[in-house]
Amino acid sequence: MIPAAFDYYRPKDVEGVIALLQEHGDDARVMAGGHSLIPMMKLRMAEVPHLIDLQDIAALKGITIDGDTITIGAMVTQHELINHDGLSAAAPILSEAALQIADPQVRYMGTVGGNIANGDPGNDMPGLMQCLDAQIELLGPEGTRKVAAREYYEAAYMTDREDDEVLISVRFAAPTGGYSYEKQKRKIGDYATAAAAVQITKAEGRVATASIAMTNLSDVPVWSEDAGDALVGTTCDAEAMKAAVAAMLGDIDPTEDNRGPVAFKRHVAGIILTRAITRAWDRA
Amino acid sequence: MNDLTPDREERSAGLKGLGCSRKRVEDARFTQGKGNYVDDVKLPGMLHGDFVRSPYAHARVVSVNKDAALALDGVVAVLTAEDLAPLNLHWMPTLAGDKQMVLADGKVLFQGQEVAFVVARDRYVAADAVELVEVEYEELPVITDPFESLKSDVVLREDLAGQTEGPHGPRKHHNHIFTWEQGDETATNQVLDDAEVVATESMYYHRTHPCPLETCGSVASMDKVNGKLTLWGTFQAPHVVRTVASLLSGIEEHNIRVISPDIGGGFGNKVGVYPGYVCSIVASIVTGQPVKWVEDRMENLMSTAFARDYWMTGKIAATKDGKITGLHCHVTADHGGFDACADPTKFPAGFMNICTGSYDIPVAYLGVDGVYTNKAPGGVSYRCSFRVTEAVYFIERMIEVLAIELDMDAAELRRINFIKKEQFPYQSALGWEYDSGDYHTAWDKALKTVDYEGLRKEQADRVEAFKRGETRKLMGVGLSFFTEIVGAGPVKNCDILGMGMFDSCEIRIHPTGSAIARLGTISQGQGHATTFAQILASEIGISADNIAIEEGDTDTAPYGLGTYGSRSTPVAGAAAAMAGRKIRAKAQMIAAYLLEVHDDDVEFDVDRFAVKGAPERFKTMKDIAYAAYNQAIPGIEPGLEAVSYYDPPNMTYPFGAYVCVMDIDVDTGVPEIRRFYALDDCGTRINPMIIEGQVHGGLTEALAVALGQEISYDKMGNVKTGTLMDFFLPTAWEVPNYETDHTVTPSPHHPIGAKGVGESPHVGGVPCFSNAVQDAFRAFGLRHTNMPHDHWRIWQTANDLGLHE
Ligand SMILES: Cc1cc2nc3c(=O)[nH]c(=O)nc-3n(C[C@H](O)[C@H](O)[C@H](O)COP(=O)(O)OP(=O)(O)OC[C@H]3O[C@@H](n4cnc5c(N)ncnc54)[C@H](O)[C@@H]3O)c2cc1C
Repeated sequence: MIPAAFDYYRPKDVEGVIALLQEHGDDARVMAGGHSLIPMMKLRMAEVPHLIDLQDIAALKGITIDGDTITIGAMVTQHELINHDGLSAAAPILSEAALQIADPQVRYMGTVGGNIANGDPGNDMPGLMQCLDAQIELLGPEGTRKVAAREYYEAAYMTDREDDEVLISVRFAAPTGGYSYEKQKRKIGDYATAAAAVQITKAEGRVATASIAMTNLSDVPVWSEDAGDALVGTTCDAEAMKAAVAAMLGDIDPTEDNRGPVAFKRHVAGIILTRAITRAWDRA
Repeated sequence: MNDLTPDREERSAGLKGLGCSRKRVEDARFTQGKGNYVDDVKLPGMLHGDFVRSPYAHARVVSVNKDAALALDGVVAVLTAEDLAPLNLHWMPTLAGDKQMVLADGKVLFQGQEVAFVVARDRYVAADAVELVEVEYEELPVITDPFESLKSDVVLREDLAGQTEGPHGPRKHHNHIFTWEQGDETATNQVLDDAEVVATESMYYHRTHPCPLETCGSVASMDKVNGKLTLWGTFQAPHVVRTVASLLSGIEEHNIRVISPDIGGGFGNKVGVYPGYVCSIVASIVTGQPVKWVEDRMENLMSTAFARDYWMTGKIAATKDGKITGLHCHVTADHGGFDACADPTKFPAGFMNICTGSYDIPVAYLGVDGVYTNKAPGGVSYRCSFRVTEAVYFIERMIEVLAIELDMDAAELRRINFIKKEQFPYQSALGWEYDSGDYHTAWDKALKTVDYEGLRKEQADRVEAFKRGETRKLMGVGLSFFTEIVGAGPVKNCDILGMGMFDSCEIRIHPTGSAIARLGTISQGQGHATTFAQILASEIGISADNIAIEEGDTDTAPYGLGTYGSRSTPVAGAAAAMAGRKIRAKAQMIAAYLLEVHDDDVEFDVDRFAVKGAPERFKTMKDIAYAAYNQAIPGIEPGLEAVSYYDPPNMTYPFGAYVCVMDIDVDTGVPEIRRFYALDDCGTRINPMIIEGQVHGGLTEALAVALGQEISYDKMGNVKTGTLMDFFLPTAWEVPNYETDHTVTPSPHHPIGAKGVGESPHVGGVPCFSNAVQDAFRAFGLRHTNMPHDHWRIWQTANDLGLHE
C-alpha cells in the first residue's frame, strides 16, 4: 500500500494541465479527489510518474443552473451535490444518488468529474448521467468537444476520452417528472450489487417518457432504452414493470464476484429496478 | 464492622472503586490523537523492512535474485532463508508445538507467505525494492480443502515427511496434524443408539480474521555497545515474547526489553509470533541499526492470524419431551500451512470441549482432527477464549436443530436442559468445572423483557401474511444462551510454551498516598488503566484517580502471560486484588502502631483504618503511606509495596442470554436487525460503562462474522477477500441500537467475584445473529445453512426453499 515515486504538479489553469499532459503523454494523469486514483497507485495497479492535481483550477468548480440547463464543473464534489439548494430542487435525483455513494469522508473529496472519468463499472455517476442524457465536455489541445454520456463508455476503465483531454463539465436538461436512485450494497462504502437510476414523466395518467440506467451490472453502465420504452404509454402497472425488467435483463451482463453469483445479481437487478420505477412513478 | 457513618458513602464514592462508571482515563489521549503506537516509534537511524511475498499458494522457490534490489539506492540488505539459516532463525517454533518458516525455505505453503525481507533507509525505497527482488517459482498443486488434503498424495509439509508422531500424538496422514479427543465416545454412541430422538447436522464455521484498526508491527533496536535489544511491538503477551526472543536469538533474557506501547486493538491478532518480528530483530542485529516493520492492511488480512475454519458435525440425543441425553461432536480443523494456533499447550483445539454449552448433558464426546492446507496459518481466538466461539456456535445451532426435530420451541428446549443453579459447581461431561451460574433467572428475564411470546405470535402472523402474498419480508427471532470459559490459568492445566498461565501485579504506594501499579497484562483498548485502578481503589482505599496503571514494559512490569481469552480481569485483576490485600495488611500494622493499639483492634473502613468501636480515632491511607516512609516503626520495614503472582484455582464461566429480532427481505437477501437484547452475567461488575462498551464492540464483531466477514480463497488458493472492500467491517450504519442488561452471579473463587466480559458478546452474539436468520426460514423447512449470511447467501436460501416463485 505504498505508491511508487511520482512528481506532483498543481497547475492554476486548464491550459497548464493540457501542456503537462502533452509533455508527459502516457506517464501523466490528472487527479481530482484522488479517491479512486490514489488507492490504485498505492496498490501499484496504476503507475503515475507525473501526477497533476486539479484542485487549484477554479474554472472546473461550480454548479450553474441556467434556465433548464444544469452544468456541473468536473471538480464539484459529491458532497456539494447533496447540499446545493438549487440543484436539489432542479434535479433531486443527484442528491439522492450522491447520498448513496461511499461515506461522508469520501464524498468531501470525490468529485463528479473523477467519478465520471474513472470508467469503473462500480461508479454511480456514469449510469446516472446516462439516465439524464448528459453531455460530457472535454478539453484537449484542439479545443473542446462534447460527447453524450450514453456514448462515452467503451469498456471497464476505457472511455472515449483521449489521454491528453480533460473532462471539464457535464451538462444536462433539468429533468422533469418523477425520479429515483435505488441501490443495493453490502455496507456503507461499498459499490453497488445493483443500482438503478430512473426518471419518468407522466401525462394523462400514463408514462410519457422513461429513462432507465443500471450500474455495476456490466463492464460499462447500461442505459436500457428498451426498458424505458416498455413503460411508455402504460400506467406503470405490474405488467409494464415486468416488461421493463425483462428488457433491462436483456441488456445487462453481470459477472460473479464476492457480492454474489450471476443469478442473484440478475434477480436483484430486477427487484431494484422495480422498486426504482415504483418510487419514480409515485413521484411523477 | 462500623455502623454506616454519615460520610461513609461519600468517601466510598470518592474512591471511584468497584461498580463506578468511571470515564476511561486513556480516552483523553486516544481521542486527541496523542496515543503512542508502534508506528509512532521513531528512532535515529531507523531502517524500514518490507516483505517480498509469494503470489502462489503452493510453489517451490527455485531461486531468489536480489541483485536489482540491492543495487537500488537506499537498500541496505535483502534477507532470505539462506541468510537466516546460519543463525537457525529461518524457522521458528509456533505456539502450537509446530514450527513455521520465517522466510520461505525451499517452498511456499500459502499466498502471501514471506519470501524475502528487504531493509532500506526509507519506507518507500523498501517498497520499491520489494518489486525488484526476482523470485522464480515452480507451481505445485494447491489444496484448499481439508477433506481433500487428508486424501491427497501431495505432501504439503515436506519437512515433516515420515513423522508419524506430532506434538499432540499420532498423525494419520502426511497432511494430518493431530487428533484430539475428549469425553467417552463408546458411552456417547450407546446413548445415541438408544435415544428416542437424534438430530444430526454438519456445519461449517467459516474462516475469518480479527481486524484491529492497527495492524501488526515491531521496531527492533540492537545496541551493539551494551548488548541490549529493545523491541517495541504489537504484542498481546510482551513477557512471553521476551522469553521466546531470548530462546531463539541466544541473547540473555535480561538483555532484552520488550515494550508493547499503546495497542490499537488485538482481538487475538497480536497473540502469535510473526515472521516480521523475527526479521526486524535479525535485521537490527545484522545492521546494528533500529529496524521497523509494520504490515499493511492487505498483509494483515492475508498473512497474520486467521480465526475459525472449523468443519463441525454434531449428533445430539434426546427424549421425546426434549431432555438431552448425549452429544457427539467431530471437527475437521483447517489450520493452513503451519499449525500456529494460539492455544495453551495441552489444548490443540483450545477449549472446544466447552461445546456442551449451558446444558446438563450427561454424556458427550468431542474429536478434533487438525489438517494442513495451502492457507495462511493462525487459528487465533478472535475476541473469545480459545475456540469458544466455535463451541458455542456449535451447541446453539444443535439446540435449534433439535428443536426443529422435536417440533418444539427453542427457548423452552433450552430452559428444560439448562444446568440448574443448585448444580454449581458443575462437572461437565467433557471435563470442566463450571464455577457458578443462574441460567434460568437470566433466561426468564431476557424472554420477559423482549416479550418472547408476543414475538412468536407476530412471527406466526407474518408467515401467514407472507403466504397470502401480503409481504415479502420474513421475521426471525434469534436466541442464544452461552457459557464462556475464560481466565486461563490454572497453571497446572494451562501454559504457553511452557510458561504457566498465572498473572501478576506489583503496587507501590508513594509517600503522599498516591500509587502506581504494574501488571503482566496489556490493554489493547479494554481500559485496563481505568478498571484495574478501580479494583485497587476498593481494596486499598486510595482513589482510582490517584493510582497510575502501567503495563507492557518488561523491564518494569512483573512477568505475566498477557491479555487474550478474557483473562485480564480473572487473572491479573485477581492479582491486583491480592496485592492490594497485602498492602492493606501492612497498612493495618502501621495504623495500629500510629493509633497505639493492637493490630487486631483496628479495622479497615473504606479509605482508612479506625479503632474498633471508636471510629473517630483513625488513620487514612494517606496518613499511613506517609508514615511508611517517614517513621521508623519497630518490626516493620519502611516502604509500602506489594507484589502478587496469581494462579487462579479455576477458570471463570461468564454467561448470557441474547435475543435478536430480524426482518429479512426475501427478494434481495437483505437482513434488517430490528432489535438486539443482550443480558450478560460477568459476575461482579467493576465498571458498568466499560462493560457496556465492551458488549457493544463484541456484538458488532459478532454481527460482522455472522453476516459477512470472511477470508475466502479460490481453488488456486488466492485470497478473495484481501481488502476492506470485500472483508466486511461494519460501520455505525450497519449496527443496530443494542439494549444491554445484566444479572450478577459472582465467581466464588475470584477474590472480587469478577468473571471477565470483553469476549462474551462475540461468543454469544454470533449464534444469536445466525439463529435469527435461520429462524426466519424455519417455517419453510430450513434446518441449517452456513454463515456468513451475506445478501446473496440469504437470497440463495430463500431461492432453494422456493420462495422466489
Ligand atoms: C471507500 C470508498 C467507497 C467508494 N464508494 C463509491 C460508491 O459507492 N460509488 C461511487 O460511485 N464511487 C465510490 N467511490 C469512488 C469515489 O466516489 C471517487 O471519489 C470517484 O470514483 C472518483 O472521483 P475522484 O474525484 O476521487 O477522482 P480521482 O480518483 O482523482 O480520479 C479518478 C480517475 O479519473 C481521472 N480524472 C479525474 N478527474 C478528471 C478530469 N477532470 N478529467 C479527466 N480525467 C479525470 C483520473 O485521472 C483517474 O483516472 C468510493 C471510494 C472509496 C475510497
